[in-house]
Amino acid sequence: MIRFILLQNRQGKTRLAKYYVPLEDSEKHKVEYEVHRLVVNRDPKFTNFVEFRTHKIIYRRYAGLFFSMCVDITDNELAYLECIHLFVEILDHFFSNVCELDLVFNFHKVYLILDEFILAGELQETSKKAIIERMGSWKSKNENWIKRRLESILELLLVYTVPVQFWSWLHHHCT
Amino acid sequence: MNPFSSGTRLRDMIRAIRACKTAAEERAVVRKECAAIRAAISENDQDYRHRNLAKLMFIHMLGYPTHFGQMECLKLIASAGFPEKRIGYLGLMLLLDERQEVLMLVTNSLKQDLNHSNQYIVGLALCALGNICSAEMARDLAPEVERLLQTRDPNIRKKAALCSIRIIRKVPDLAENFMGPAASLLKEKHHGVLIAGVQLCTDLCKASTDALEYLRKNCTEGLVRILRDVSNSPYAPEYDIAGITDPFLHIRALRLMRMLGQGDADSSEYMNDILAQVATKTESNKNAGNAILYECVETIMGIEATSGLRVLAINILGRFLSNRDNNIRYVALNMLMKAVTVDFQAVQRHRTTILECVKDSDASIRKRALELVFLLVNDNNVKSLTKELIDYLEVSDQDFKGDLTAKICSIVEKFSQEKLWYIDQMFKVLSLAGNYVKDDVWHALIVMISNAPDLQGYSVRSLYKAFQTSNEQESLVRVTVWCIGEYGEMLVNNVGVLEMEEPMTVTESDAVDVVEVALKRHSSDIKTRAMSLVALLKISSRFPPTSERIREIVMQHKENVELELQQRSIEFNSIIQRHQNIKSSLVERMPVLDESTYIGKRVGSSQATLPADKSSRPTSGSPGASLKLPNGVAKPPPAPLVDLLDLSSDDVPAPTSSATDFLHDLLGGDLMSPSSSGGAGTDILMDLLSIGSPSAPTDVSIRNTISSNQGNAGEPKTAPASVMDLLDGLPSNSSLPGDKNPIYPSITAFESSTLKVTFSFTKQPGKPQNTMIQATFTNLSSNTYTDFIFQAAVPKFIQLRLDPASSSTLPASGNGTITQMLSVTNSQHGQKALAMRLRIVYKVNDQDKMEQGQINNFPPGL
Repeated sequence: MIRFILLQNRQGKTRLAKYYVPLEDSEKHKVEYEVHRLVVNRDPKFTNFVEFRTHKIIYRRYAGLFFSMCVDITDNELAYLECIHLFVEILDHFFSNVCELDLVFNFHKVYLILDEFILAGELQETSKKAIIERMGSWKSKNENWIKRRLESILELLLVYTVPVQFWSWLHHHCT
Repeated sequence: MNPFSSGTRLRDMIRAIRACKTAAEERAVVRKECAAIRAAISENDQDYRHRNLAKLMFIHMLGYPTHFGQMECLKLIASAGFPEKRIGYLGLMLLLDERQEVLMLVTNSLKQDLNHSNQYIVGLALCALGNICSAEMARDLAPEVERLLQTRDPNIRKKAALCSIRIIRKVPDLAENFMGPAASLLKEKHHGVLIAGVQLCTDLCKASTDALEYLRKNCTEGLVRILRDVSNSPYAPEYDIAGITDPFLHIRALRLMRMLGQGDADSSEYMNDILAQVATKTESNKNAGNAILYECVETIMGIEATSGLRVLAINILGRFLSNRDNNIRYVALNMLMKAVTVDFQAVQRHRTTILECVKDSDASIRKRALELVFLLVNDNNVKSLTKELIDYLEVSDQDFKGDLTAKICSIVEKFSQEKLWYIDQMFKVLSLAGNYVKDDVWHALIVMISNAPDLQGYSVRSLYKAFQTSNEQESLVRVTVWCIGEYGEMLVNNVGVLEMEEPMTVTESDAVDVVEVALKRHSSDIKTRAMSLVALLKISSRFPPTSERIREIVMQHKENVELELQQRSIEFNSIIQRHQNIKSSLVERMPVLDESTYIGKRVGSSQATLPADKSSRPTSGSPGASLKLPNGVAKPPPAPLVDLLDLSSDDVPAPTSSATDFLHDLLGGDLMSPSSSGGAGTDILMDLLSIGSPSAPTDVSIRNTISSNQGNAGEPKTAPASVMDLLDGLPSNSSLPGDKNPIYPSITAFESSTLKVTFSFTKQPGKPQNTMIQATFTNLSSNTYTDFIFQAAVPKFIQLRLDPASSSTLPASGNGTITQMLSVTNSQHGQKALAMRLRIVYKVNDQDKMEQGQINNFPPGL
């Protein structure tokens, strides 16, 4: 089971933190600090696994970003490594060439993608396409909603505001 | 209210925060935003609620407190629109967790949303429930989730399955409700549902044995089919990773197979074929394929697989080990550790590769490999493995030396069959990494050397040579200094040269040089310096010509800031200068250190540094069992007598030192209570007895010696009884006064014309104050006495207890007696004699009679 997922840059700023076990806020900050210290100084040739307290961290570095997952000691390390990569591919697809700034400004979307990918600390969907489509349908749903709201506002304008102006404009031009 | 006044957009806020150059600026921006959001909350602003919450989430990620926004989440969740709900649930998962009481308020909204007609909203609710639900919520909402497991939409089904996992983890009792729906999930085609369903089954198996049985019966077949389908499936672009269709589903299925096949031959039998297929057909040139192989090997090891399959699995691990990718080697080592218990020989075959991994540059791999090597050591390969490890010790990283040294030492101690080999290996470790050797390890080495008289000469010469080349290793210096102090003359006179040794000539002053270097090294700590001073004192008596030079060296420390060194320096100086006549007996060689006692202590005090099997050794307190000491020397258990002395034998040299610091015992002994070597020097007790005088010991001196060890010098009378007992066992002193059980004569305590009372006395050994008195009453008249009662009174310093009499009727004319026991405790024993008054009441022919008297003729000594 995944205990938590962290996305940190090289300076240790947390860009995404998802906990599937309850932790105090102070404990979360401590964990984020410790995990960053553990992974940031490792040689790229080294294994992608580090033991962390009674669990282990599976991490992978993409440019200046570290994706770290804390999993049970008996879990399959290689599988979670693949899992991180799949997540990055999904992000890459969604933002088309994802960079750190995308994740900063759209952090809520990253959380939504993650919620479609992993739930309750377990893998939920392994198809990149399915997740992107789901996000797309959400987007359109969102847009539909905005469109509907705009329409309703326009309607109001048409009924109350526009006609007054329209008639006055017509009146002005006709006379 | 103007809706445009409620702050900036989310994007603008993020930009403003990113533009901050200092932490203080950032705090100011965040404070301003928080103030605006609080104001909006208190005004119950509807329009910008979700934007404010999004901002709060960002602020939360930066690590600022955001608890004031928790209620906003609940309001958003309760609102009707999808975007509001979405942000509300996101905030709920981010800002709250299962422990907050606020969460209870959301249960009702969750319930409504789980029953919502819109599948996206149901999805949101399931997601939130799966990530943060508490035990109470799990109980309340389990029926909804159960129902959702059977809906048509696969997106909802997979989410409901994962939600059920969380529910079962929180409340394992609910597992039975989910067994049926979980089993039917395995008949799906949709990969998302399958993977969630397989995972749910795995968790069910963990949660309840009933579920395990149920799933074993109903799902084994389906599971094998899933794995077969996915591994045989043609190219599927949607799920393809590195040419393999959905490796994640492979892995989940293999894991569930392990749960089902564990300890069950039938289902294991059913899985053999597909496991063999996966193990042989999976491509191993990419990480995804290796992940599957890794899981497959673990499953083969976990279930009751055929031996052919196991060989296949071990071979895969062998391939992994020789892989260039560090990750693959890491998991191989990890897996081999588990395989050691299954097939020791097969793992043994990869020993050389594993040894190479110990030398890897990656700390994670080194650590795993070293642990594995430790498991692989046995009597046959210990020599070659130790050699390899010691060779590597020379070139290893500084931060790895500690671990490596500890492991080598424990291997050497655990498996050594001969003392010479043990000593050799320890010397090598000491000279390569002496700074990393733990104290108890080199203490054990010293105990060992002191127990091997034929190797002492060799040891001191080897150490002398090692010291010449590497005197920077603290514990090497200490052991060298100690050995030169003890066995210096063997170094100079070449005593006990072994065949393989090269002859060497060391003069007396060379030996002094070594100790002087050790004393003056910059890196030497107090302990080493103190040891050096003691060694110098000892050498000065062994090599009288060097005495003056040694005195000068010792005197250099007379003004040392360390009190310990200063004191030693000044005291040793006066011993060398003024007490020539007693010096030689004062600094005699240490008595042989008792190995069994030391090991017993080590096991007790430092369990962690010893391999587990040592703890199974009997400690010295259990006579009768033979002790297995290191070096293959079986030693008979110490005699009970020595056992009794156990405490004193350790502490005799230094009554003031703490029992845990063995070294201080060794050192202190030379300073404070020197012992002359009695006879062969093997019997500690003999040493102890002959302290101070070479002639045969007298009773008094034994008593004084021993009682002074107990800290009671000068008060032999109060020496504890255990010491008395101890001496009792010695053949040489069978008659100590306090130890006897003298017979006290019986007395006639009272006699009249009609009645006679006699007392006889017994004492329990070890309790001089206590006296048991048996009173015997005899009727001298011709009438039978009835209702016979005996009463006694004693002074205050005596305590008296009367036991019931044997009868209350005393037959006439001495035809019978009554006996009664009295127990007397004289609290001023030895100062005041016993005294007693007695009164006897009885009836003769229904007439009351009374007689009384005083007893003054108690024998002395009661």
